[in-house]
Amino acid sequence: MMDVEILSRLQFAGTIMFHYLFPPLSIGLGLQLFLCELSYYRTRNPVWEAAARFWTRIFAVNFAMGVATGIVMEFEFGTNWAAYSRFVGDVFGSALAAEGIFAFFLESGFLAVLVFGWDRVGPTMHLFSTLMVFLGSMFSAVWIVVANSWQQTPAGYHIVWHDVQGESMPRAEITDFWAMVFNPSSVDRLTHTLIGALVLGAFFVASVCSFYLLKNRHEDIARKCLSIALPTSLLFTFLAAITGHDSAQKLVETQPAKLAALEAHFETRNEPTGLYLFGWPDAEQETVHMGIQVPNLLSLMVYNDPTKPVPGMDQIPKDERPPVWLPFQTFHLMVGLGTMMIGVAALACWFWFRQTLDSKRWLLWVLVFMPIAAMTANQAGWITAEVGRQPWIVYPSVQNGVEMIGLRTADGLSESVTAEQVLSSIILFGIIYSMLFAVWVFVLNHKIQHGPESVEALLAHKAGLRPQSMSEQFEQTGKSHGGDFLEEDSQ
Amino acid sequence: MSYDTLTFIWFVLLGVLLCGYAILDGFDLGVGILHPFLAKDDRERRLVMNSIGPLWDGNEVWLVTFGGALFAAFPVAYATVFSSFYTAFFLLLTCLIGRAVSLEFRSKVHSNAWRRIWDTGFFLSSTCAALLLGIAGGNVMQGMQLGAKYEYQGSLLEQLSWYPLLVGLLTVALFALHGCIYLYLKTEHELQRRAKASITPLFYAFALLYAIVTLATWWHVPHATENIANYPLLWIVPILNALAVLNIPRAMHLGKPGYAFFSSTMVILALASLFSVAIYPNFMLSTIDPEFSITLQNARSSQNTLQTMLIIAGLGMPCVLSYTVIIYWIFRGKVRLEPNSY
Repeated sequence: MMDVEILSRLQFAGTIMFHYLFPPLSIGLGLQLFLCELSYYRTRNPVWEAAARFWTRIFAVNFAMGVATGIVMEFEFGTNWAAYSRFVGDVFGSALAAEGIFAFFLESGFLAVLVFGWDRVGPTMHLFSTLMVFLGSMFSAVWIVVANSWQQTPAGYHIVWHDVQGESMPRAEITDFWAMVFNPSSVDRLTHTLIGALVLGAFFVASVCSFYLLKNRHEDIARKCLSIALPTSLLFTFLAAITGHDSAQKLVETQPAKLAALEAHFETRNEPTGLYLFGWPDAEQETVHMGIQVPNLLSLMVYNDPTKPVPGMDQIPKDERPPVWLPFQTFHLMVGLGTMMIGVAALACWFWFRQTLDSKRWLLWVLVFMPIAAMTANQAGWITAEVGRQPWIVYPSVQNGVEMIGLRTADGLSESVTAEQVLSSIILFGIIYSMLFAVWVFVLNHKIQHGPESVEALLAHKAGLRPQSMSEQFEQTGKSHGGDFLEEDSQ
Repeated sequence: MSYDTLTFIWFVLLGVLLCGYAILDGFDLGVGILHPFLAKDDRERRLVMNSIGPLWDGNEVWLVTFGGALFAAFPVAYATVFSSFYTAFFLLLTCLIGRAVSLEFRSKVHSNAWRRIWDTGFFLSSTCAALLLGIAGGNVMQGMQLGAKYEYQGSLLEQLSWYPLLVGLLTVALFALHGCIYLYLKTEHELQRRAKASITPLFYAFALLYAIVTLATWWHVPHATENIANYPLLWIVPILNALAVLNIPRAMHLGKPGYAFFSSTMVILALASLFSVAIYPNFMLSTIDPEFSITLQNARSSQNTLQTMLIIAGLGMPCVLSYTVIIYWIFRGKVRLEPNSY
């Protein structure tokens, strides 16, 4: 029988990775949708409206999945990680509650207007609702990333020992709320995470539109949306590289063990440190098989100084070292995919600018598959961040010169929960999530294959809604005045 | 503000969030419970689902926020409650996921088999969610086997004893009644006639269960009535509760369904208040040793956090309430099928 810790970690990793498929897409798609609708608002061109209505439907399917799988995460802290919840509740809980109050109500409330309000509210209110949903999903990410960053680089707290039936138990308590929110890694990780989501949204729209161009379907709408998706994809892939670099530079101070793991840097030497482009790290033998290393590059990247040595894994006590192989590979995968995405976005923008993208069918096909690359990069980034901080669930830190204890993942578990319970929940959710994933792909594909409504159909639909003016009534029916209209209404 | 005052305010605020959840998600869970019984064809099934279409998601947020606020204000209670109800809460999560996707996916594909699957999913997940919420409430009410250091020592089967099951059934009946009145307000013609005809039997079922649970609580959970005995002013809660219950048939008889819906809302509010009065000052009473109980005192966050959170709530809740009102206003009136409907 496996033990509760491994199973609980598997369960958490599985459920959060599944959840993390949807919120980045919601955030990214939210911006694209907002820009589409803003274009409609300014130009009143029905092509933009047809596009915005189409993306709304895609957005709604994805949003529902995000909400449904997100509640699981909130419950899991308490169900599986009760000891952790008691340790951090004072700090982590307030961020989670702030997310509920500031973000969830906003996004789910205005989602109703966004999805169901097309024919009920005016264009200004609808545009406003779209913006609120987008902002709500961003705020949601803000609080979650703040809470997660606090665990990685805790700040603004102290440890208080509470007496529990004769035994002293530690708890982290907030001393400075804003220092907790703006802990050393919050801003870097937040911008990088949000930009990762915006990249995904831009590539998602570009992917569907490229597919339509390849199949000669809905070309007017596809071209309009590409004019937003391509420039934003280039902008955000570029920003992702910058913010990623900033995050990585911070690691040397805040989480040197993670940095050493990401680079499989086992031994500290008094010479400049190189950077592995590829490799197969072996933590047992503390070496990298089949590695290709660029000399001095890591020193340059971390310190902006190619000669300064970077501390390695040997600086970290043995029992506080994270696994190496997985964070190394996911980190390199993320960076590799990021570089590729910048290249693809730049090429696509270039040909778009030259108005020759249509003839580059190979590039359109590449664009079709880019959301997979963006999604993989997001997931890989998450694994890097989370596995790289093991064995800590809350990092130890120094606050005002005082050393604060951290919390090990193994000490965060619920004592009352058995391995059988966790295993059965993994099986249950494994089945449910597999089915959900299949249904999500099926419905998404169904929607994309169906495509947006034609502009003619949309205009006909809207004409059917508009209460006709009296002169139009007269022209059509020959009846003279509004009295008939009222009579008809009362029947 | 003193630490104890803050603690009490947060206990009340959690009660407000829980009431908000039970009232709002109460009617949409009820609509799910009634879905197969009231709707006869595909159009009616869509009408029933779309009566809650724009609203259910926002309603569920009250539960999520309740969870977050409990985590922040009383982390020890959050950790113990959630880990004690491990299996029950995973089933509840399954139901909440099932409901969300049933609503979202049902009408996306034109196929009878596809729709029948999601219709069943919608009904089962709504019913089980209501049942599980009631069972959890019943367990908290009667106390649980908490050992030292806040850890639950009982088993899943003990959580399914007769008393929590009764409370679960009561919850299902209450939500069905609440949802039925809501449907009566939102529908027209034949469907509305059917909803109206169902209100009376649902009311009798609820009233019967309400009487049984009241007697059972009196007999089985003696500590539940202690607070009322000590503070006679609190008698007002059960009295208002009884009046609200009786007002439902009266309002229907007067032909004022809106008033009836208000009454069923008040019933939920009063029941939730009664629950809070009964458990105070505990979150969870230990049946092993009252010393091991999770109380307001030993479960709360630091004073600093409670204060910060109060500011957050003070900024956030007016916004939440104002856009909740706006959205309910935009989607007022009888439910109609539109191209954007489920």
